[in-house]
Amino acid sequence: MSSTTMTAPARAAVLRHRAVRKLLLLAAVAAVLVPLADARWGSGSWPHALTVSLDGPLKSTSTWIIDNRDSHWLFLYFFGHISGAIITAIHAVYVVLLALGWAGVTAGAALLAWRAAGVRAAVTALLSFAVCGALGMWVPTMRTLALMIVAVAASVAVGALLGLAAGLSDRVFRGLRPVLDTMQALPAFAYLLPVVLVFGIGVAPAVLATVVYAAPPMARLTALGLRGTDPGVLEAVDSLGATARQRLLTARLPLARRELLLGVNQTIMMALSMAVIASVIGADGLGDRVYQALSTVDVGSALAAGIPIVLLAIVFDRTTAGTRQGRTPPRSAWAVLAAATAVVAVAGRLLGSQSWPDGWTVAIAAPVNTAKDWMVDHLYSGLPGIGGTADWAAHYTGWVLDPLRSGLQGLPWWAALLIVAALAWLIGTWRTALTAVLSLALIGVLGRWDASMDTLSQVLAAVAVTLVLGFAVAVAAARSPRVERLLRPVLDVCQTMPQFVYLIPVVALFGVGRAPGAAAAIVYALPAVVRIVSQGLRQVNPGALESARSLGATGGQQLRQVQFPLARPELLLAVNQAVVLVLSVVIIAGLVGGGALGYDVVFGLAQGDLATGLVAGVAIACLGLMLDRVTQPTKGVRDGNA
Amino acid sequence: MATRKIVTAVAALGLLATATGCGAADMTKQGSPYANAAGAKTVTLSVQSWVGARANAAVAQYLLEHELGYRVDTVQVDEVPAWDALSQGRVDAILEDWGHPDQEKRYVDDKRTVAPGGDLGVTGHIGWWVPKYFADAHPDVLDWHNLDKYASQLRTAESGGKGQLLDGSPSYVTNDKALVKNLNLNYQVVFAGSEAAQITQIKQFAKEKRPFLTYWYEPQWLFNEVPMVEVKLPEYTDACAAKGAKDPSTIDCAYPTSQLKKFLNTNFAKKGGKAADFLRKFHWTKADQNEVAQMIAEDKLPADEAAKRWVQRHPDVWRGWLPR
Repeated sequence: MSSTTMTAPARAAVLRHRAVRKLLLLAAVAAVLVPLADARWGSGSWPHALTVSLDGPLKSTSTWIIDNRDSHWLFLYFFGHISGAIITAIHAVYVVLLALGWAGVTAGAALLAWRAAGVRAAVTALLSFAVCGALGMWVPTMRTLALMIVAVAASVAVGALLGLAAGLSDRVFRGLRPVLDTMQALPAFAYLLPVVLVFGIGVAPAVLATVVYAAPPMARLTALGLRGTDPGVLEAVDSLGATARQRLLTARLPLARRELLLGVNQTIMMALSMAVIASVIGADGLGDRVYQALSTVDVGSALAAGIPIVLLAIVFDRTTAGTRQGRTPPRSAWAVLAAATAVVAVAGRLLGSQSWPDGWTVAIAAPVNTAKDWMVDHLYSGLPGIGGTADWAAHYTGWVLDPLRSGLQGLPWWAALLIVAALAWLIGTWRTALTAVLSLALIGVLGRWDASMDTLSQVLAAVAVTLVLGFAVAVAAARSPRVERLLRPVLDVCQTMPQFVYLIPVVALFGVGRAPGAAAAIVYALPAVVRIVSQGLRQVNPGALESARSLGATGGQQLRQVQFPLARPELLLAVNQAVVLVLSVVIIAGLVGGGALGYDVVFGLAQGDLATGLVAGVAIACLGLMLDRVTQPTKGVRDGNA
Repeated sequence: MATRKIVTAVAALGLLATATGCGAADMTKQGSPYANAAGAKTVTLSVQSWVGARANAAVAQYLLEHELGYRVDTVQVDEVPAWDALSQGRVDAILEDWGHPDQEKRYVDDKRTVAPGGDLGVTGHIGWWVPKYFADAHPDVLDWHNLDKYASQLRTAESGGKGQLLDGSPSYVTNDKALVKNLNLNYQVVFAGSEAAQITQIKQFAKEKRPFLTYWYEPQWLFNEVPMVEVKLPEYTDACAAKGAKDPSTIDCAYPTSQLKKFLNTNFAKKGGKAADFLRKFHWTKADQNEVAQMIAEDKLPADEAAKRWVQRHPDVWRGWLPR
């Protein structure tokens, strides 16, 4: 205990010292370069002379692809087979699901959940599928399920292969890790455009985008699991004369089981959230229903399609996260399971229709819309004292977003680069600083400076609100076990919900514009922040707290002077997560009037103007990379040591 | 060891090639994976986001399902990508196209993957509109020459010192940016992001009786709620249209009044049987479409319920669409 309290200030002193050195060096570099840049290109928005327009080449590429899609060998013998295989696979799964009928699918899911994760998961699955049917969403749910099964299988296969390679070879690991890290920081929206460019709109490109988005966590965790094997065990296996393959199959893979399962779980959650977003590029199913409803501001229908998405997420999460750690169940159990499902399916068929019976549905759209209208009438404006949600939205836009945006857009371009360099370098290494600065510069070069500053202003404002709220809730949760117990299920649900779903209620409350995007982003990022911060605060050495208390520190002093400093790594991680999560939603908010980069992507998709959309997608990726590097301390330090 | 790896790899590649048929896989001949499942004949319709288009699709869907025994899927795709999806067979038909000469030339004339499906029967017109209460107070606003005079009254937070010309969804056919530039108007085009957002905004303006200038079109049910009058733009001529076809940024005249058209995927048109026949014959009036659209948008009926009511009321109209 005493060692912790001793080294913290010492570490801080060293850090400060190093930080001062870095800042001085940066200031020196700036003093030389800034006058030059200013004289050559002026100060203000990114200089036009330094932009490269990719519109022409991208446009001709896109035209060429459309013209040659049915004749060129590249499409006939390569891409064509890929999309053909995906469509065949989904069709096959979908036919099986339809053949099982609603009774078979529900029973099968419940039995599977029971085998894998116990009775509670089984009940969850049973109820969830019943609710999906009761909402009149059976067919869309089956479509999303079919798409998910194929996408997850492909993601897990691809991810496991990559992870295997990285787990066994140091060189592959070193090459792959930064790529995977980066991919995890990028918003899902940025992945849509490239696949649309090649494959057009449809289900096949939607699955491909999903696989690309969802495979990285599997690869990462597989690699980590394999590399984390206890060397003692490996030596023991070696001494028994095992071949390399035996060693892999009998020792390393079984020992990495925990990471592998976690990887599957993560992949499924990411795939679901992407499968929903991909409705923008023609993925059918639940996402498409939400999308159709959003475009007519029909909150009731959007909710009816949104609830099944959440339920699917919960079922998937409970079933995979709860997978028992012990031995695998015997083969016979699976046979019994399949037989039981078949029996129920046949029984269901004999009893009647395969699709959910029409009489068993509850139409919630109309009552929800009535409730929403009531809410809009009563909460929207003119509440005595606090105003209404519309007033909040207007104030947030007028007093926070607008000044912040004009501030950022008015900031000289070289000053923005310098600030980013300073932040990234202080918190990481010169390498992360370079990445951050280059990403920001690339945005300028691509000619998306102003739009990106607009998006950035929305991100910063939303992150600030998220952090204030998140820290407040987390402090309460860390102090009182009861608050924590009450919060846990809420956080669970919030974290499993796909980002798209958040857009529905906020549009009803905040109208259309930048404010609803911010609200959705805050709600989406809050659970992660609360969780990380409260965990960090709780982990603080109780001895340190005890001694502070014995010195007569008040609650606030304890928090400020002991808990926050000691939990510094977690607090920084919370900031990083908040930034990454907020960005991903702020971008999607382009669909509800968020403007800026998200709107450019939507515009590109809507007008078939892939040049605009692709460049905006790259800018989003750069922004994500820059924000991640500016806020990611621990990895930067580790990189420096490696 | 190394040779074995190579042998395995070659074998795997060979297997992959045989499994996929090793032939050409034409991406333009791959339908939706959900189509024709479980023995049902499926028709996939593209639904655009505006209510009139949903009315078309709802009635077509209802009749195809209840009179002809098809399963109908609807997918929301924006106008331009819908052409690409149509040519690839991912959707079978577009029921209401507002005129996309570029796409028509590429897919109908050059590639022949899309076939014309006849007129919808509704005439569409795009233009700039102001609310009736504003036009009554200032009749001269109805000529575009006088628009600048009112720019200061039409200013908003988003239009940055100029008058605001409210546009809707980024996907709609629009020359507004070019028009504002070429007519030298002191206006800023502000995109609401979606038609729903635009309608919300218009209703809010109307509630407070504030003036506004908006991109709008008819037939549209909103006219019944918020009466609007069209602003006269420079007359539409063939010469101007020809100029615009070459370079859209040079357009300086009004939008044409066009027959809304239907388009079918060529394969579907040939082999779609009764469904293709039915969709080709689908032809109704502005009044019919507005009746359904109004039920969907204002009475908040689900689209299939609205379609059902219309079908029950007007058997004389749709009987003729059914193939004999």
